[in-house]
Amino acid sequence: MNLSLRTGLLGLAGVMMLITLYMAFLWVPNEATMGAVQRIMYFHVPIAIIGFVAAGAVFVASIAYLIRPSEKWDAIAYASAEVGVLFISLMLLTGTLWGKATWGIWWDWSPRLTTSLIMWFLYVAYLMLRAYAPKGVRGARYAAVLGIFAMIDVPLVYMSTTWWRDVHPQLLVGPAAPEGALDPTMRTALLFAMLTFLVLYIALTVERYYLRRAEEETERMQLSYEGR
Amino acid sequence: MKAYLSAIFTILWKDFLLEVRTKEVVTPILVFVFLVIITFNFAFEPTPALLAVVSAGTLWVSFTFAGVLGLNRTFAMEKEKGGLDGLLLTPVSRDALYFGKLLSAFFFMLAIEFVMLPVFGILFNLPLFLPSLWLLTVLTTLGFAAVGTVFSAMAVNMRAREVLLPVLFFPIVLPVIIAAVESTSAIFAGAGAGRAEDWSEFARWLQLTAAFDAVFLVVSAALFQFVVQE
Repeated sequence: MNLSLRTGLLGLAGVMMLITLYMAFLWVPNEATMGAVQRIMYFHVPIAIIGFVAAGAVFVASIAYLIRPSEKWDAIAYASAEVGVLFISLMLLTGTLWGKATWGIWWDWSPRLTTSLIMWFLYVAYLMLRAYAPKGVRGARYAAVLGIFAMIDVPLVYMSTTWWRDVHPQLLVGPAAPEGALDPTMRTALLFAMLTFLVLYIALTVERYYLRRAEEETERMQLSYEGR
Repeated sequence: MKAYLSAIFTILWKDFLLEVRTKEVVTPILVFVFLVIITFNFAFEPTPALLAVVSAGTLWVSFTFAGVLGLNRTFAMEKEKGGLDGLLLTPVSRDALYFGKLLSAFFFMLAIEFVMLPVFGILFNLPLFLPSLWLLTVLTTLGFAAVGTVFSAMAVNMRAREVLLPVLFFPIVLPVIIAAVESTSAIFAGAGAGRAEDWSEFARWLQLTAAFDAVFLVVSAALFQFVVQE
């Protein structure tokens, strides 16, 4: 991907973010019971979904790396994990803000919240492994193993925590959602916000990917220079 | 198949002999677990009502800490004198190596737990032998060791490995621990009320733990070869 395309992608994310802000804060009506605070949802929900997308990308790239080792897969997994941690952190942050306003508490140990928190720990662990594992092929292989484990673990954590009553609001978009659960403008705003964050995720991951490749290249040059 | 099983058994026997001669794992960790349980006792100022609430958590936090200490040793002892390279050079499949190390970690942990369960029963005023709890302990330990063996083999080559092992490994193994704590609470509640063990309620948890074990065993066995690959 050439530089102008990358810049264009970031620019697109910026423009879309402005539109999302306009939609979420000025265009959609106030929600009947929750009031203005419900507008956090136009950020929280897309961020959460894209967080899962990022984790899925780490999983796929990790499998690809183990099947056919190449620095590209490794860099994709790395970049996606880093952006994923950012998104999962923002999901937890916006979620607690909303929870305080709506439930009156910051945090509740319901399955979804617990699973999100554990997911955050899993991908922070992934980044720590990257920092502390040996450099090169072996470190990349370890990271791929953890990337696969982490994704498999998420549904298991959810299963093991579901004996609690789940206070998290139900899904309002998607095949399982009841008909007419959402005002049409709200639905449009939410879907557009999702698209925005998807573009933002791709833009950030692409940037991080090239940065990672450059880091590896620098390291190689340094090693070959020192070797002389 | 026979060669495969005998390779697994040989690795297990090697670890067992090492442990009998060096006594580096079971004895010190046994004392450590005892200490953790005692520390919890001080932390909670136990009254009978409170004990009923915290005992299951105390038990599994202690066992989890003990397990991590043991897992730190599993591959560290191979690393110290180049034993791991030797093991990898032997004409033994990576799977056999994995299952051998897994079984040795499993049995060491189980030995510690089976000594501590009655001690725990005395300290927390619970029945000394609860068949359901012992069965649960076996299943939980199996899942714990299955994942732990893979992460132990990774952590041994990392910087700050003693800290990093739990950081990497706890979030992964958490579903097993959650299931263990929850079912242990149910068992203790039944025992406290003087009821006979309620196997139907308990069977649900046992199934969940067994399912976790199966998933972890399959994934770990499949991924272990990549961890030890040179």
